[in-house]
Amino acid sequence: MNKSMKRSDFWSAMGFLLPNLIGFLIFTAGPVLFSLAVSFSNWNLERTVPFAWTGLENFIDLMHSQDFWLYFINTAYLMIGMPLSIFGSLMLAILLNQKLKGIVVFRTLFYLPSFTSGVALMILWKALYNPDFGPINMLINTISHDLGGSIHVAPAWLLSTRNVLGLRVESVGLTIRQWGLGARDALVIMGIWTAIGGNNMLLYLAALTNVPPELTEAAEIDGASKWSLFRNVTWPQLAPTTFFIVVMSFIGGLQGGFDQARVMTDGGPAGTTTTLAYQIYTKAFEQFQVGYASAISWVLFSIILVITLINWGIGSKDLNY
Amino acid sequence: MSSVELTNENRSAQFRRKLLVVTSYTFLIFISIVSLIPFMWMVLASFKPLEEVQRLNPFPTVWHPDNYISVFKQIPFAQYYFNSVFVAAWVTFLTLLTSSMAAYAFARLQWKYRDHLFRLYLATMMVPGVVTMIPNYALMVKLHMLDSYTGLIVPAAFSAFGTFLLRQFMLGIPPSLDEAAAIDGANHWQIFWDIIMPLSRAGLITLAIFTFMGNYGSFFWPLILIKSESLRTLPIGMLYFDSNYGKQTNLIMAASVMNIIPLVILFVSTQKFLVKGIQLGAVKG
Repeated sequence: MNKSMKRSDFWSAMGFLLPNLIGFLIFTAGPVLFSLAVSFSNWNLERTVPFAWTGLENFIDLMHSQDFWLYFINTAYLMIGMPLSIFGSLMLAILLNQKLKGIVVFRTLFYLPSFTSGVALMILWKALYNPDFGPINMLINTISHDLGGSIHVAPAWLLSTRNVLGLRVESVGLTIRQWGLGARDALVIMGIWTAIGGNNMLLYLAALTNVPPELTEAAEIDGASKWSLFRNVTWPQLAPTTFFIVVMSFIGGLQGGFDQARVMTDGGPAGTTTTLAYQIYTKAFEQFQVGYASAISWVLFSIILVITLINWGIGSKDLNY
Repeated sequence: MSSVELTNENRSAQFRRKLLVVTSYTFLIFISIVSLIPFMWMVLASFKPLEEVQRLNPFPTVWHPDNYISVFKQIPFAQYYFNSVFVAAWVTFLTLLTSSMAAYAFARLQWKYRDHLFRLYLATMMVPGVVTMIPNYALMVKLHMLDSYTGLIVPAAFSAFGTFLLRQFMLGIPPSLDEAAAIDGANHWQIFWDIIMPLSRAGLITLAIFTFMGNYGSFFWPLILIKSESLRTLPIGMLYFDSNYGKQTNLIMAASVMNIIPLVILFVSTQKFLVKGIQLGAVKG
């Protein structure tokens, strides 16, 4: 392309870009800067306190708040299903990556929970988890009764502060280890059910079909076992996909938990399902402490940034990106 | 190697292949059941009288399709449907328009600072939604767009992600095509509209489906923006239906079924595009 054309492109480009750029500046770039500024203030939407710049006060308050750390732990807790879910997605993809009849039907069925996920399915799971009338506990109680056991073995699910890691909830005085199954586990289980056959599975499926058949054939001729074939040929070929999925899962997981908390638990019991995203919502839109909420959102953003950079660091070493 | 050994080996290989097929189908069917059971419970519960929802018998003794009519009697469900589809359709239309034009500028035109600006677009995709949510809410208050269709539609209509996705598509179109058209005297608008857009069809359809779905199910923004009942979208309507009438599990399930049916239809009819779109490796959650 000649030079005169290049020069004239600038104004044409602006013409094409402008509708999007204006919106981008007003609704994305501007708000990011605005939010950063506000996080150093005590801005309150109800104007119960006069506006003032407070420097690092919000951030210092946060670090000293027991609640913030509980919500941080909750956010991390809800991500413990991630490795299982990613590994499961890979297994399902391997299962689907065969020349069998009806494979598209199975793919559709696997993908259904993720495609329809949202408020309606959360309301469904809330009903499934109902400790008294939900089908899960009725089934557990019936089986337990038939085996001659107590009918009170079923977990209280969304109403319980128990958890498989036995974490205490010291901010509300629960200083005894809370062994068992509770609200956080319920959300983790639901999360795995939703995500396992979702986009990650499709990404793995695409990556598997891109593994050069010569590689696997060569290994088979060499008499490699199925496991060593997977370990030494398929898995390394999948590394970029795994890396992408892990990075995206961290980014999604760290800012997650809002919908579940708002629809299913109101962040309870005893705050154990309040994630950072849900805390930002309650601070900003229920207590109107917009400055404080913005500060949390920037701490969250920083955590995401640091973890993404760490992931990139580890990932690029292994992958030579 | 004798011929007897060879047939034996063939037989055992055949046997192993059959075993693999049987095991595969066992797993495929088992996992399908696990992923379907909650849906089946939801559909069956939606046809039960209330007192039967709490029993373990899978099928209703008497089927109650009238549960579905009761939902429409108790809440303005048709209005929620309309609001969700109306908002999602507008956002999809505007997003496709603004993103495809911006993508054309990023992918097909040469200009100063292009790559800098594009990197800025990419960087903002990592910013959590909650960061921009609060300033945007304050902006809506200032612009008097709180509790309005405009407030639901306009802020969602400019997608950095959509621009990114379509740019990737447009980069794959051979540059010789626009050069030839330029020599024939076509201007940029004609090249964009007559050459690039038709060739980006697959990308546009993928983006359209994802934008539509995302906004049909959008929760956070309508939750904080909408105050009046007549403007509630489906997720918000469902949330209040559940918290105000939570004991009527059968009706709630009927509403949930109606909520996800359009998604199932959309998915089954567009899966080819969707699966490809996701597998381009760019689409998130």
